[in-house]
Amino acid sequence: MGGAGDGHLRDEIAAAGAAALAALEGAGGTDAIRSALAVQRRSLAALKSRLGGIADVEQRKECGRLLGEAVARLERDADARLAAASESERAAAVAAEAMDLTEHLQPALFGTTHIVTQALDRLVDVFVGLGFVVAEGPEIETDFHNFEALNMPASHPARSEFDTLFLEPVNDLQRRSPVLLRTHTSPVQIRVMQSVAPPIYAVMPGRVFRRDTPDATHMPVFHQIEGLVVDRGITFADLAGTIEAFTKAFFGEDFTSRLRPSYFPFTEPSAEFDVRGRDGAWIELGGCGMVHPDVLRAGGVDPEEFTGFAFGFGIDRMAKERHAVADIREMYTNDLRFLRQFR
Amino acid sequence: MKILLSWLNEFAPFGDDAPFLADALSSLGLEVGTVVQVDVPVPGVVTARVLRVETHPDAAKVRRVWVDAGDGVERHVWCGASNMSAGDLVPLATLGTTMPDGRTISARGILGIESQGMLCSAVELGLGADAGGIMLLDPSGTAGQPLHDALGIRADWVFDVDVTRNRPDALGHYGVARDLAAWLGLELAPLPEPVFGGDPRPLPVSVEDPAGCPRFTVAVVTGVRVAPSPDWMARRLRHVGMRSINNIVDASNLVNLELNQPNHAYDLAAVADGFAVRRARAGESMVTLDGERRGLDPDDLLICDGSGRPVGLAGVIGGLDSEVTSTTTSVALEMAWFEPLGIARTAARHGLRTEASLRFERGVDPQGMPRATAAFARYLSATCPDLVVHGPVTDVSSAALPAPVRTVSVRPSRVQRVLGVPCDRSVLAARLEPIGFAVGAEGADGSVPVSVPSWRPDCGGEIDVVEEVARHLGYGSLGSRRPRSPQHGGLTAVQQRRRRVRDVMVALGASEAMPNPFLAPGELEAAGLGSGSALRLANPLVAEESVVRTSLRPGLLKAVAYNQSHRNDRIALFEVGHAYPQGSGHLPDEYECLAVAIAGAEAPAAVHAWSQVAAVLGTPLQIDQSVPCPGLHAGRSGALARGRQVLGVVGEIDPGVLAAYGIDGRVAWLEVNLTVLLAEEPRPARAQSVSRYPSTDFDLSFLAPDAVASSAIVRAIKSAAGQWCISVALFDVYRDGGAAGRGLAYRIRLQAPDRTLTDAEVAEVRSRCVAAAAKAGAVLRG
Repeated sequence: MGGAGDGHLRDEIAAAGAAALAALEGAGGTDAIRSALAVQRRSLAALKSRLGGIADVEQRKECGRLLGEAVARLERDADARLAAASESERAAAVAAEAMDLTEHLQPALFGTTHIVTQALDRLVDVFVGLGFVVAEGPEIETDFHNFEALNMPASHPARSEFDTLFLEPVNDLQRRSPVLLRTHTSPVQIRVMQSVAPPIYAVMPGRVFRRDTPDATHMPVFHQIEGLVVDRGITFADLAGTIEAFTKAFFGEDFTSRLRPSYFPFTEPSAEFDVRGRDGAWIELGGCGMVHPDVLRAGGVDPEEFTGFAFGFGIDRMAKERHAVADIREMYTNDLRFLRQFR
Repeated sequence: MKILLSWLNEFAPFGDDAPFLADALSSLGLEVGTVVQVDVPVPGVVTARVLRVETHPDAAKVRRVWVDAGDGVERHVWCGASNMSAGDLVPLATLGTTMPDGRTISARGILGIESQGMLCSAVELGLGADAGGIMLLDPSGTAGQPLHDALGIRADWVFDVDVTRNRPDALGHYGVARDLAAWLGLELAPLPEPVFGGDPRPLPVSVEDPAGCPRFTVAVVTGVRVAPSPDWMARRLRHVGMRSINNIVDASNLVNLELNQPNHAYDLAAVADGFAVRRARAGESMVTLDGERRGLDPDDLLICDGSGRPVGLAGVIGGLDSEVTSTTTSVALEMAWFEPLGIARTAARHGLRTEASLRFERGVDPQGMPRATAAFARYLSATCPDLVVHGPVTDVSSAALPAPVRTVSVRPSRVQRVLGVPCDRSVLAARLEPIGFAVGAEGADGSVPVSVPSWRPDCGGEIDVVEEVARHLGYGSLGSRRPRSPQHGGLTAVQQRRRRVRDVMVALGASEAMPNPFLAPGELEAAGLGSGSALRLANPLVAEESVVRTSLRPGLLKAVAYNQSHRNDRIALFEVGHAYPQGSGHLPDEYECLAVAIAGAEAPAAVHAWSQVAAVLGTPLQIDQSVPCPGLHAGRSGALARGRQVLGVVGEIDPGVLAAYGIDGRVAWLEVNLTVLLAEEPRPARAQSVSRYPSTDFDLSFLAPDAVASSAIVRAIKSAAGQWCISVALFDVYRDGGAAGRGLAYRIRLQAPDRTLTDAEVAEVRSRCVAAAAKAGAVLRG
C-alpha cells in the first residue's frame, strides 16, 4: 500500500462528495431529498471503512478530515434543501386548499329579542345603575291591588278611564271580588310595599292591558315601567332629581327633563314629566308624583314616617321611537322580516 | 276645553302674548295642546257701499254689483250671491287680497269683463258659519274702512286646554282666569252678584230625592225676547266650538263655559206650576233633546214640570219640548247641584257624555248659582235691555249639599317634608289666598286651618292643599336632587337567568315573538289543548279575543303560519310570557313559560334547544316519552319531567294540529315552565380535580326495541360503570327497518383519579355495563 493508493482515495472522496451534492440537487421534493440523502450517506460511509487501509498516519488523518468535510457539506446542503422544499410543499398544499369564504350555502341564522324586550332591558339597566332593584308581579290582579289600594275605590270616577278587562269569575272568591288584567304596573308598588319595609328603591316593568281598539299608537296589550322610592326624608326634589338622572343616563347628557302639574289618584302632588333633546322640543314621557298618603297606608307604610315618589311610562313607545317604527301594530305582527331587523 | 284669550282678559289684564300665557297655563297643570289664532284681520278687505246691482243676460247665476269702496270710484264685481241691494254695506276683498283660505283675489272675470275684487261671505272671512250670502254690515257704517276695524273685531287666541279631572273649576273661563291671575300676580275681577227687580215670583219646587239633588234653584226672568245673539256672543261660542242658537240658549251656554255652571232656561209658561225632582219610575221613558226616546232606569234622576212630566234627564240632557220658542217672553232659569256619582251612572247608562254631565260628574260649585244667574242676565241683556230677574229666586237645598266652606288642617312642616322647601303660614297664605283659599291663624300645635273654596271639591285633605301650594310655588322652583339609594341595585337571580334563556334562544337563531295572549274560542282545542282550565274575559273587545291563554302554543303556531304564508324562510320563534290557567285561589295559577317553535325541523332540534336551556339554567330534566303530550306528535314527543313533576314538553307538533293551523312541514316544539326553572338557581359547582392519569374508552353496541329509551340505557350504563365513569355518549344509531328495534352504539370513558386503570378492571366494568344494559332491554350486538 503506497501513496498512490492514498491519492486514489482522496480523489474518490472528492468525487463522492461532489456526486452526493449533485444527487441532492437533482432531487425534487422532501421525499426525494430524504432518499437521496440516505443513499449518499451510505456511499460516503463506505469510503470511511477504507480509511483504515491507509498506512500513513498523516495521510489517514488527512483523508479522514476530507471525508468528514464531505459528509458535513452533504448534511448542511440537505438541511437547507429539505427546509426549502418542505416550505414550498406546505405553501402548495395550503394553496391547493383555498376556499371561497363567501360561498354561504346556509348563512348563520341570527335570532333577535323583541325590541320591547330590548328597551325594557336598557331601561332596567339604567335604573339598576341608579341603585334600584327590579320587582315583578302577576298580570292578572285583584281589584284591591289594581285600584283600591291605589286610591281608586269602587266608586272612583277615574276608574272609567282605565278601560279595564275583567275576567269571568270561576270561583266564589272571584265572584265576591272580580279579578282583572292589570291596567298598569302600579299594583306591583303595593305588592312591594306589602312585602318589604322601606327603604324601597325599585322599578317594576311588565305587561299591562287595556280594553282599547288597536291603532297606530295603541295596543290593548303593552308594557310599562314603574318606579317607586319610599324612604325617610324623600321630597319632591328627589323625584325631580331622579327623573333628571334617568333622562341623562338613558337619553344622553344633552337631554333634560321638567315636571308639570297633573292629576293621578295615586300620587299627590302629581306631575307629567317631559324630556327635551337636541332639537329643543319637549316630549311628554310619563306620569309621576309623590306617593299619596292613602297609597302608602294601603301598602302598610306609615306616611308620617316615610315619604315616597313614583313614576311610570310606556316601554313600547320607547322602542317605537328608538327604531322609528311607523305603526306600533307592526311590533306585534311577529313577522320575522320585522323582528330580524333589530339585532 | 277651549279657552278664548279675550274672554280671559275680561277678568284680568293678561295681555295678548299667547305663547307666554300657554306656557303659564301648562306650568299650572292646565296643559295647553294647541294655540290657534282666530279673527285675524284680512288686509285688503274693506267696507263697500252697494250702488246698484245688475243682472247680465248671458250669466243668469251671477250678478254684476257696482260698489263704492269709500274713494268715490265706481267698481264692479261679479257676485254669485243675490242677498244685497243698493245701499247695503258689504265687505269687499280688493284686488291682491290674500284670503284666509290662501287664495289671492285677482281680476279674473267672466264674459270678458274683469271683476275688480270680491264680495265676501262671513265664512270666507273666517268670521262665521254663514255661507248663505254676502255678509251684510251695519248700513250706518262708512265705506272704505278696514273690515275688522268696522266690526270692532280684534285678533284673538284659542287655547285647547286639557283639564284634569280634579279641576272642575277650570272647566270655566273664570276658573282658568283665577289660576292664571294668581300665577302672574294679577288682580282678578270679582264676579257681580245678581240684581233683582220686579216682584218675587217663587215657583213651587219639590225635591223628592234630596240626596241626589241637594240644591235646586229657579230664577224667573221676564222681559225676554227671543232673537239672534249679537255677533260678539256668537263669535265667542264659535271659537270655543259651539253653535249660536238664539240669545237665550247662547246665554245659557256662555254661563256654563264661563262659570262651569250648567243651567237650563225653560219657557216659563211650560213650567208655570213649578218643578219636581224625582227618580224615574220603572218602565218610564222620555224623549230627550236629541230626539231619542230613552227608557229610564229607577236610578235616573228626572227634572219634571209641576204635573210630574219629565222635562229633563237631570244633569245630563234636557227634554225635547223644554226649549224656549220664538214666542217666549219669560223664562225659568234652572240650576242645580247633583250628586256627582249618580250623574256619572246615568250618563254612562245612556251613553251620553254631555257638557253638563261632564261638569256635574266632576263637581260644579254648589255655591255658584247666584253669580251664574247674574252672568245669564248680563249676557241676555245685550238683546233684552228690559229684562228683569225676579228675586229672591226659588232655592231649595238640603243637608246633603257640600258645606260652603270646608276647613282642612295643614301643617307647614308637612308641606316642607313633602315639597322639600321651607314653609310657614305666610307661604301658605301667599300661595293659596289668590286662588280663593282662606288661610287662618297658626294653632298651638303648629297647624294652620285652611278654608277650601266651594269650587274646589278636589281639595279634601292636607295633601290636596300641599299640591295647591306646590302648583303655585311652581314645580320648577322645588329643587332637584338625586336621592342616594342605600341599597345595591341589581337583577335578581331569576331576572338574570331569564336574560340568559333569551340569549340562548337568540344564539339558536330564534327570534322573540309577542303574540296576543287573548285567543278565540276553539283556538286552544285547535292546538290540541283543552280549554277547561282557561279563563274568559267578561268584557272582551271582540269575541275572537275572549279566551285567556293557558299555553303559549296557539299564539306561536299562528305566528309560524303567518310567517309561512308571507314566505319567510327558516322560521324559528320563541316567546317568554305568561300562561294563566284557572286555580283554586283568588288569582289564577299564572306562571311564566318559555316556548320555542322551529319550523321545518324535527323533534331533535327541540331536544337540542332544551339541552342548551338546561345547560344554561343548570336544571336537567328527563325526557319521559311515556307521558302523553296533547297536541304533540304521539311518537315524537315527551314530557320534561323530574320524577312525577312535569315541567314542560319537547318534540314535534302533531300533524293534525299543523294541518288545523295551515302549517306546512314539521314544527319542532319546546315549552317549559320558567317560573319553576328560573327559581332553581343551582349551587355553585364544587371543583373536581382533573385526573392526571390516562382515560380509557370502550364502545358497546346494542340492539334495543324502540320502546327502550336511549336515556334509560345510558342511565343503566352509568350506574353500572360506577365511580370511574367519566361519560357515556351515544355515537351511532342504526335502523335497518326490522321490527327488532334499532342499533345503538355508546362510547364509555373511564378514568380513575389516582392511577391508570388495568385492563382487567376495564373488562370488569365493561361486563357490568353489558349486564345492566341487558336488564334495561338492550342486547349486546355480536
